[in-house]
Amino acid sequence: MIVFRYDKTFDGLLTAVFEAYSRKAFPEKLLSETEPLPLFAGQEHRVSTDTGKSGRVWKALNKKVPKEVCSMLMHVWLSELEGSDELLFRYIRKTFDAPCSIAGDFTDDDITEVAKIAKKVSRERLRLIQFVRFQKAADDIFFAPVSPVYNALPLTLPHFTDRFASQKWLIYDIKRRYGYYYDLKTAAEVTLDDDRRLLSGRLNEELMAQDEKLFQDLWKSYFRALTIKERINPRLQRQHMPRRFWKFLPEKN
Amino acid sequence: MFSLCHNSILSDKFSSFVKMNEQILYKLKVLAESAKYDVSCSSSGTTRKSRPGATGSAAGWGICHSFTEDGRCVSLLKIMLANYCMYDCAYCINRRSNDVRRTAFTVQELVELTLEFYRRNYIEGLFLSSGVMNNPDYTMERMIRVVKDLRTVHRYNGYIHMKSIPGASPELVSEAGKYADRLSVNIEIPKEQNLKLLAPEKNHQSIYRPMFYIQQGISANTEERKRFRHAPRFAPAGQSTQMIIGATDESDKDILRLSSALYQRPSMKRVYYSGYIPVNTNDSRLPALKQAPLARENRLYQADWLMRFYGFRVNEIVDDTFPYLDLEIDPKLTWALRHPEAFPVDLNKADYEMILRVPGIGVKSARLIVVSRRHGRITSSMLKKIGVAMKRAKYFITCNELTPCNGGEVQPEYIRKVLTEKKSAKKEPGGRQLTILFPD
Repeated sequence: MIVFRYDKTFDGLLTAVFEAYSRKAFPEKLLSETEPLPLFAGQEHRVSTDTGKSGRVWKALNKKVPKEVCSMLMHVWLSELEGSDELLFRYIRKTFDAPCSIAGDFTDDDITEVAKIAKKVSRERLRLIQFVRFQKAADDIFFAPVSPVYNALPLTLPHFTDRFASQKWLIYDIKRRYGYYYDLKTAAEVTLDDDRRLLSGRLNEELMAQDEKLFQDLWKSYFRALTIKERINPRLQRQHMPRRFWKFLPEKN
Repeated sequence: MFSLCHNSILSDKFSSFVKMNEQILYKLKVLAESAKYDVSCSSSGTTRKSRPGATGSAAGWGICHSFTEDGRCVSLLKIMLANYCMYDCAYCINRRSNDVRRTAFTVQELVELTLEFYRRNYIEGLFLSSGVMNNPDYTMERMIRVVKDLRTVHRYNGYIHMKSIPGASPELVSEAGKYADRLSVNIEIPKEQNLKLLAPEKNHQSIYRPMFYIQQGISANTEERKRFRHAPRFAPAGQSTQMIIGATDESDKDILRLSSALYQRPSMKRVYYSGYIPVNTNDSRLPALKQAPLARENRLYQADWLMRFYGFRVNEIVDDTFPYLDLEIDPKLTWALRHPEAFPVDLNKADYEMILRVPGIGVKSARLIVVSRRHGRITSSMLKKIGVAMKRAKYFITCNELTPCNGGEVQPEYIRKVLTEKKSAKKEPGGRQLTILFPD
C-alpha cells in the first residue's frame, strides 16, 4: 500500500496529485505529517508543498472542467470533513483520466459524494449570509461573530465585500479563531491575539456604538410585531433557522 | 454655575433623544403589525452590484435574514408608511371603521431605520406599503418621497419593493418604477362581485389599471434598453400580487385560472396566496373560521409551482369536475392518479417533461437524471442518492432493474390509500407495538 504524507493544506493536496502522476504511483491513503502509519503500509512518500506544482495542477483542472466544478472542489476542501482530502484526490484523478468532464456522472459514488458535501458547505455559506448580524462598535467598525459547522466563511467574502462595501467590518469565526477585516478596500484575514472577550459573541455595552442598543431593540420589537399568532409554527422556524445560530441573533435573545 | 447650566442642556437633549426613540419604537410596532398580513416578502429578481460610494447590493436570488415564529421568512423591512386609511375593506385590519392605533412615519425616520437595519445585515431591503390617506395620489407621492430619498440622497443600492396604490395616476406609477425593484398591486378577492361586497369602494378596474401601467412601463423600458444599453431600469424585478383565500366563496379553480392568466403577462413574477385570518370578527359578510385555511393555502402554492416550473396547464390541475384541490394529497400526485395511462415512465428513455411529471421527482432530480443518463444507465440506488422521493416515485417509474410496484400497473385507489395511510398510522401512539394477550 502506498501512503503519502503532506501538510494538510490545499496546495499540499494538489502537490500530492502532481507527484503521484510524476511518480506514476497513486497513494491509497493521505496522512498528515504526524499521523501514525497504518498496518501493512508498504511505501511511504513525503510530499513537500510546492506552489509551482500545485498551481499547474489547478490550472490543468480549470482547463479540463468548468469553473463550477472547481469551486465545488474548493467547497469540499473547506468542509474539513475527515477523508474529504482522499475523496478529492480520487475525484481529481478520475477527472484527469477521463476524456471529458465527469461532473455529471452521478452513477459514480465519489462524484455523488463530492456533490453532496459541496452542497452541504454551500448551504452553510448561505446560512452565514443570512444570519450574520453586525453590531456597530464605538469605533464605527461593524462586528459579527460566527461559528459555522464547516469552514464556509471564506466563501462568503465576495458577497460581504460587495454588500457592505461602504462600511468597515469584521466577521470573526469564534470556533476557528480567525476572521476577516474589511477596511473599505479589501478584506484581509486576521487573527486577534486577545479574542477571549469576543468569544461570547456579544459586544460589551462600553464597546458598542451609542445607538447600537437602540437599533437592536427596534429590530427585536419589529420581529415580534411581525408574527401572526394564528399561524404559529415553531418547528418550521427551527427548520429554516437552526438553533445553533440563535445565540448570534438579537431577535432570539 | 456654567457647568450646571451646560449639564441641564445636555440632559434636556438626552431626554428628547429618548422620547424620540420611544416614539419610533411605538410607530415601528404599530406599523409592522399593520403590514404583517401582506405575505409577499421575497427579495428576488434583481441583481445589482455595489457601486463606489453607494450602500448595498441586490443578490438576485433573494435572501431570508430571519424567520418569525410562524415560520415565515423575514427578508425585507415590511412596513407601512401610515395606517390611516380612507377605505373600509372588510378583510383588512386597517379599515376605516376599525378601532386600531393610527400613526405614520416621517420620511426621515423610515429612511434612517431602513439604512441602519440594512447595515447590520438584518434585512435585504424595504417593502413599503401604506394605508390610503386623503386620496391615492397623495399617498403614492409620500411613498415615492421615501424611496426617492433612499435612492438619490443616500445612494441606497439594496432592494425596494413598493406597493402601488389602487387608483394612483400613471405618472406616479412610472415615477415609482424608477426607484423600486418590484411594484405590486394586490387583487385580494378574485371575483369582482365578491370584491364589491367586501370592499364597496374598490372595483377590479382600480386594481388592474395600475397593474397595466406597471406592465406598460416595464415593456417600454425593455424596448428602450435594447437601444440604449445603460438606460435606467424600470421595476427590474417585475410585479407581484396577492389573493386572500377563504374569505369568499371562490373555488380553487377560479383562483388558479386567474393566476394562470396573470402569469401569461411577462411582468407578473409571483402570485401570493394568503389564507384568510379573521382579523375583523364582528363582520357578518365574512365567514367565521376557526383556523386559517393553511392546508388549502399550501396546496395552492404547490399548484402554482406546477404551473410555473413543471409545465402544467391550469386545466390539468383543476377543472369543472374537480374545482377544488385535493387536501389529502398534493396536486402533482392527484394528476398522476387521474392519468394512470401515462405511467410507468421509463427513466432511461423518457423525455425531461415527462420525468418532471412523476410524483416524487422535482426539477433538480429531473435535471440530474437527464444529465446522468448520458454516462450510464440509471439504477434505483442512484435515484435515492440524487434525492428522488422513492416513497412516491416507486409506483410510477421503471428503470433498468427496477420495475414499478404492482407489476407495472398503476392502481390509483391502492396508491392513494397507501400514501395517505402512513401519515395517520404514525400519529397513533404505539401503533407498531406488538400486543400480547395474557389469558387470565
